[in-house]
Amino acid sequence: MRLLNRSAGRISRHRRGPVAGLAVLLLGLLLTGGIYTVLAPAQAQKAQSDTELVEEGRKLFLVGCASCHGQNGEGISTIREGNEKGPSLVGVGAAAVDFQVETGRMPLAQPGSQAPRKAPTYSDEEVASMAAYVASLAPGPAVPSEQDYSIDGLSEDEREEAIVRGGQIFLTNCTACHNFNGSGGAMPRGGYAPSLKGVESKHIYEALLTGPQAMPNFSNGNLSPDEKRDVIAYLRSIEDTPNYGGFGMGGLGPVSEGLFAWVLGIGGLVGFAVWIAAHTTRTTKQPIEEGAEA
Amino acid sequence: MSLDTSKVATSNGATAATASKPSRIGGVASWADDRLGLASAGKKQLRKVFPDHWSFMLGEIALWSFVVLLLSGIFLTLWFTPSMGEVHYEGSYDQLRGIEMSEAMASTLNISFDVRGGLLMRQMHHWAAMLFVASMMVHLLRVAFTGAFRKPREINWVIGCLLLLLGTLEGFTGYSLPDDLLSGTGVRAADGFLKATPVVGSYMSFFLFGGEFPGEAIIPRLYIIHVLLIPGLLLGLIAAHMLLLVYHKHTQWPGPGRTEENVVGFPMLPVYAAKAGGFFFIVFGVTTIMGGLLSINPVWKFGPYDPTKVTAGSQPDWYMGWPDGLLRIMPGWESVIFGYTISWNVMIPILLVPPMMLTILILLPFIEGWITGDKREHHLLQRPRNAPTRTAVMVSLMTFYGLAWAAGGNDIIAIKFHASINHITYFMRVAVFVGPAIAFFVTRRWCISLQRHDNEKLLHGYETGVIMRSPEGGYTERHLPISEASAYTLTARDRDEIYTVDGDTDANGVVAPGSRIQAVRAALSEKMFGHNVQKPTAEELEEAHHHAEHEHALEAGLDHPADGHQFDGHSDHTVDEAPLRGH
Amino acid sequence: MTDSHDTQHDHVPAVVAEPIANPGIPAHTWRPTDVDERLSKRAERQVAGFFGLSMVCAVLFVVAYFTLEIGDNFDTFIGLGASTVALGLALGGALLFIGIGIIQWARKLMSDHEISELRHPAGSPAEDREATLEALNLGIEESGIGRRPLVRNSLLGAMGMMGLPAVVLLRDLGPTNAQVANAENGTGLQHTIWKKGMRVVRDVVGTPIKASELEIGDLVNAAPEAQFPTEENGYPEIEGVELQVLKAKGAIIVVKMEPEEIKPVEGRENWTVDGVICYSKICTHVGCPISLYERTTHHVLCPCHQSTFDLADGAKVIFGPAHRPLPQLPLAVDEEGYLIAQADFDEPVGASYWEREKQ
Repeated sequence: MRLLNRSAGRISRHRRGPVAGLAVLLLGLLLTGGIYTVLAPAQAQKAQSDTELVEEGRKLFLVGCASCHGQNGEGISTIREGNEKGPSLVGVGAAAVDFQVETGRMPLAQPGSQAPRKAPTYSDEEVASMAAYVASLAPGPAVPSEQDYSIDGLSEDEREEAIVRGGQIFLTNCTACHNFNGSGGAMPRGGYAPSLKGVESKHIYEALLTGPQAMPNFSNGNLSPDEKRDVIAYLRSIEDTPNYGGFGMGGLGPVSEGLFAWVLGIGGLVGFAVWIAAHTTRTTKQPIEEGAEA
Repeated sequence: MSLDTSKVATSNGATAATASKPSRIGGVASWADDRLGLASAGKKQLRKVFPDHWSFMLGEIALWSFVVLLLSGIFLTLWFTPSMGEVHYEGSYDQLRGIEMSEAMASTLNISFDVRGGLLMRQMHHWAAMLFVASMMVHLLRVAFTGAFRKPREINWVIGCLLLLLGTLEGFTGYSLPDDLLSGTGVRAADGFLKATPVVGSYMSFFLFGGEFPGEAIIPRLYIIHVLLIPGLLLGLIAAHMLLLVYHKHTQWPGPGRTEENVVGFPMLPVYAAKAGGFFFIVFGVTTIMGGLLSINPVWKFGPYDPTKVTAGSQPDWYMGWPDGLLRIMPGWESVIFGYTISWNVMIPILLVPPMMLTILILLPFIEGWITGDKREHHLLQRPRNAPTRTAVMVSLMTFYGLAWAAGGNDIIAIKFHASINHITYFMRVAVFVGPAIAFFVTRRWCISLQRHDNEKLLHGYETGVIMRSPEGGYTERHLPISEASAYTLTARDRDEIYTVDGDTDANGVVAPGSRIQAVRAALSEKMFGHNVQKPTAEELEEAHHHAEHEHALEAGLDHPADGHQFDGHSDHTVDEAPLRGH
Repeated sequence: MTDSHDTQHDHVPAVVAEPIANPGIPAHTWRPTDVDERLSKRAERQVAGFFGLSMVCAVLFVVAYFTLEIGDNFDTFIGLGASTVALGLALGGALLFIGIGIIQWARKLMSDHEISELRHPAGSPAEDREATLEALNLGIEESGIGRRPLVRNSLLGAMGMMGLPAVVLLRDLGPTNAQVANAENGTGLQHTIWKKGMRVVRDVVGTPIKASELEIGDLVNAAPEAQFPTEENGYPEIEGVELQVLKAKGAIIVVKMEPEEIKPVEGRENWTVDGVICYSKICTHVGCPISLYERTTHHVLCPCHQSTFDLADGAKVIFGPAHRPLPQLPLAVDEEGYLIAQADFDEPVGASYWEREKQ
């Protein structure tokens, strides 16, 4: 398949309304602030020695994680095969910790195969120290940096190519579970692939790298770092593109469309039919002149 | 039945119809009539009477959405290229630019992104298709639940069922045309269905696709089926459906002055023409607003069809959902007999059950007519409660349909209600059998209870909510007779006759041919009507009224105008002048 | 059904008097607009108002058509494509207001006296039936179709035989499976493009996969290298239908699990490479591609009809409507360490068909 032999670079210049400029400005400010708050303490921690960080992480780990993952992160198995209480964390790397704890999936309220996304329990510094501790157990994937998952450094043409290629990789590898719109989907026995909406790029990259919970991993030997970056670029681009055809109705495909056709369409039209056939108001009066004969 | 015609107006205008001076319209009309002779038909049809009821307009939704489909469809054909030739997409949608896709998909994207109003038309076309099938279905339910399919309208029922089938096929061929990932997955499943056909399966698949799946013939072939073959059949059948409607005249609800021999309502011109025409614009308008506001089938997000890709939530449009649901809950049965493969797991839910359901649907009026032995014409509708068995059969079929339909969305139900698809599937495997049975018995008993309730109202009046205290201190609720019009409406129904066999021999002592079939028929008739509650006889009514008068006498001293009627609108006298208390 | 028997029972209405006599059509009552000139004028203005609103909407439609941008730089409105929304609302409004206006007109201003029309039985009068029957019989008689069975039967035969050309003409709709089957090209239901030594490459990008670079839990949506012809690999250029047919059968999923987790299947002991195992991506139910893989359970689910296969146990069906396990592709590695196929699948991939076991 010959992909991307397009020479004329035409990226969407500004598919935004007049308010969008303001929105972009605000977003930029928010992002700058956000990145600052994320990065500033991290830099502060740079001052700490790595061993101190690992030691701090170990303390947190013993309190918050060890009951399921074991005193040394070796995992605790239950008798039933495949139903371990907490898997071994040896070799999962800092990326896994960063993903699981920052998205609030860990710590789990109770052991189970599905870890729902929720508000994070730990602060960024605490996550960093736990990640350092787990990374110290055995080599594993590190927390990706921004240039790993951002296409900002590319030229306009390259960016567009990345988005298109990312779309095809997404449709091949991800939509089967996460749906064409990233809305998520059902998995066997009550499991589900979560929605990708509003998930930070870093976390998507980490999820691809480490395969959280039942999700398969897409290690660098499977999807190269560039391909992972392209998938993220595609997801960001469809998130940024306004709903061209109107309200998306949850992006779940024909089921929600059918529901709307019945409820809104048939419901509304039957409402009109009732109005059309309903008897109008009556009066006890009689018409004054000509109606007398009727 | 004698009919009081004194109140039947021949003109519904305020003034009498008089011959007017020849006008311009008259001139054009006589020019046309000299050539076409339309006046004789017009004389009857222009003032043809249509009864007014909201439920009679459901079929109109289907008719008008079909018109919307024709109009928006013609617009779409101006740009759509029904070809599987491969092109590089170079249009306006960034995320697919440079991708190889079929011309069908590329032209669909072109209509969506580079033709002004194109996406609106695409979405209107799709919404109208969803509404077309949905309204045919609710119309069918209305007809079935009110017994409007009885003689002489059985043939129109059959035509309607065929329209439903054709509409469904038209929808499937239509949404497959863009050659996008979602519909392509559906076409591939359809290829699997064809292959599961015994003996000729792989031949049918190869002939339809012009070789091995996906080939390059399927889109042009579906296109011609979608824009010519099925619409032609639909148009013809719709015309026949409407002609029969006009010929039979519309059914009506029973009520004062409404009998089997007449039809009471508004004339075609002007009232019905205005209401029907206005409704056309309303259906058109609602479809347009839905097309403008609600995104449907965003093919650009699915991307072009690629047999190696798939998306979660791969569902057909809603009307194909129930066979898909049966397919999902079917256990994986397949057998190899003499080296030949028989895929029960596909054949039963796709090739056997849906045709069987359609056959049952088509045969409903004939089965009912045979059991009841009723050869009379019926133009007065039955309330669903007055045909408890038929209503129960319909609810039972609906339950089956609904459960199969829900099974078709089991993955969406699973994520939205945090359930397990496996458990939903196990549940549905049982529910599609048990559910309809429960629905049948519950509905039948419910209808019979409602019949009893109607009789109570007839015999003892309605509950006023006025509590009376007797001199002894007991409390009773006061019942008052319902108005004559409502009382008549409640009794305007046939008494059910249970078909009986007088004996196996006829008057000459010869054994009647087919007496065993007649016995089956009698048994079915007993099952169908045996538990029904019949309307009271004149004597029973008389006696009940007599009893009520006696009650009234006991309630002497309560001859105050404020007898409770002033709260319910049944009052035949005003109470404004009379004080409520202290007389 | 015996009609003579039926007629004894039908049309015998129970001789029970109707409990309540038909009171007839109730007397007409008037609407406020019928009796009050002021109200009817107001209704008239309302109707005209709706028609006026419709005109405004039609003008808005034209304005929106010419001012709002579409294409890759489309205007937006509350996060939606402005053109579609504005055109839809304007056109919808224009239509809806006409409809509402007409209905209001009919309800408030047109005469609403109910009138009654007599029905006629659907059947024709008896004398018409007789006359028609007579004409029919006369026609049949004059044609002699009853008296000359030879003519009638040969005509029926000729009409029947007309079915043959009609059916035969459709023969060239497509070739049969037997006609296209070719193991070398991978055509026909029983073959795919996979061959001994063909590299397993990543779908979309077409890069080969090193077995050693995969990690436990990896899922690779992969394809045959022939799908990505280059000068290096020397595969012939392929596009259009051929490419789609190839993809429809050649798609595979490669997963890596702990080698001891794989339950051995007889005769397939050497089909895996260090825990890397490969199956057809095409569901054996009706042919959807499947890749909803759970790495913890090694189950893969079909998104179309939820058939679930256990990849650690020969991809046998553990749930859902599919019957057969997914066909397995025997894997090996070439001298550079890249995954290759040992051979084509040993059975047809995808949905079952009648003569599947015969080939």
